[in-house]
Amino acid sequence: MNELKKSIITVIGKDSVGIIAKVCTYLSSNNINILDINQTITGGYFNMMMIVESEEVIKTFPDMAEELKQIGDELGVVIQAQREEIFQMMHRI
Amino acid sequence: MLNINEVIETNKMIHEMNLDVRTITMGISLLDCVSEDLEVCCENIHNKITTLAKDLVKTGKEIEFEYGIPIVNKRISITPIALVGGRCCKSPEDFVRIAKELDRCADEVGVNFIGGYSALVNKGMTKADEMLIRSIPQALASTERVCSSVNVGSTKTGINMDAVKLIGEIIVETSELTKDRDCIGNAKFVVFTNAPDDNPFMAGAFHGVTEADCIINVGVSGPGVVKRAIEQVRGQNFEVLCETIKKTAFKVTRVGQLVAKEASKRLGVPFGIIDLSLAPTPAVGDSVGEILEEIGLEYAGAPGTTAALALLNDQVKKGGVMASSYVGGLSGAFIPVSEDQRMIDAVEAGALTLEKLEAMTCVCSVGLDMIAVPGDTKATTISGIIADEMALGMVNQKTTAVRIIPVIGKGVGDTVEFGGLLGYAPIMPVNKFDCSAFVNRGGRIPAPIHSFKN
Repeated sequence: MNELKKSIITVIGKDSVGIIAKVCTYLSSNNINILDINQTITGGYFNMMMIVESEEVIKTFPDMAEELKQIGDELGVVIQAQREEIFQMMHRI
Repeated sequence: MLNINEVIETNKMIHEMNLDVRTITMGISLLDCVSEDLEVCCENIHNKITTLAKDLVKTGKEIEFEYGIPIVNKRISITPIALVGGRCCKSPEDFVRIAKELDRCADEVGVNFIGGYSALVNKGMTKADEMLIRSIPQALASTERVCSSVNVGSTKTGINMDAVKLIGEIIVETSELTKDRDCIGNAKFVVFTNAPDDNPFMAGAFHGVTEADCIINVGVSGPGVVKRAIEQVRGQNFEVLCETIKKTAFKVTRVGQLVAKEASKRLGVPFGIIDLSLAPTPAVGDSVGEILEEIGLEYAGAPGTTAALALLNDQVKKGGVMASSYVGGLSGAFIPVSEDQRMIDAVEAGALTLEKLEAMTCVCSVGLDMIAVPGDTKATTISGIIADEMALGMVNQKTTAVRIIPVIGKGVGDTVEFGGLLGYAPIMPVNKFDCSAFVNRGGRIPAPIHSFKN
């Protein structure tokens, strides 16, 4: 069993049809499991956070982050993937 | 599980408030590079640095990308070169040869600074120490990335006034040799008392002799984050203010701790310390001066500044120590003039003087930092300024430092541009009264009475 690692994906930008669909399609086709989705729209701006879990033997983190960034560019939003630890360190003792 | 607000908060700190890790500094011992032959010594140094640090920059970039946190600098600190070169260097020029080798190593591994062209002379100078100090002007003029420091005093030993006198002359000479580049040589040179062995910040970083062969030290930063946090508690009492700074410092330091641990793991090098410092940059919104203003001062330098800085420094430490298992280095708020836009503004407004800065250094790290003074300032006057600052450190059992730049051809009212992170500085007036008879006495100032604790 390979180690499962958690990452946080954030999507920020102008709201449009199909943002979540596109991101989720990418994730499922790469065997990346979504543990939690949270989303708000403030002032017409789409703000989404996903906690995902993946086996990095299938898709390495840098590749996933790079490909998500490209999807973001196509959709006109900013998609960033970060390893979960930075948030855990900052907000949990 | 994490919630969206926590994620947004962290990313806002990074994207809007300039939260970053200021430096990953790899400390490398060069004690095993000593040789009787200068060329062999240089080759040993080259091999050791380029082997141990070959992946430093790459690893730093990977961590930056994966966690989404900028790591501004990747740097190297080394054993004080006076110790390493003492066996083979017969003249100051021989030491300059080592400086050039260090510059080449830094260039090869891609770090922007390498610190440790240093001598520790708090009680006395060996021949090698003196040769190294005399070589500093030439070394800094003929290299790009080498940083130099000299420790001239400590609470345990007192102040080596012979060295203080010599360094006044060395600073003037360094300015002279780099006058075509706004005397930038002195921006890469610091004189210390109680210098820490594990400081990751330049220009004063060196790898102390009590350290392991190779370690990773990390300097965190985040003045912008503290400023934004205390904007939320404007007008509220000191308890609320302090609590807010403390909590913010905790969060900032945790990021540093994560980066340090990760760098240490990936490079296979033990983790040394986290340096909890608020290190400003010339960027707007990344300023310690701005925090002081937000605390309630019209400008840094106004009455109340020393107290405001004291509480800021203390809260940063209190928040930081809980966030990291090993804290060290300088750890405190830096108050460089040229590297902090609001400090520059305070000087230009006439709010901040050299004397007030000296008072402020009693309660924070590190000292008179990046201060530009008129080019005609006498060497003995510079030595006098250094002696004052060293005395503060000696008596208060803390690190103090002086990084002062006499700018040849410029006077009060002019400004000098160093570029990049070093910023620009207005030339500050210096007290004109003479102290040469004091400086020229020679010898050393004895250790203060409270150093006898055995």
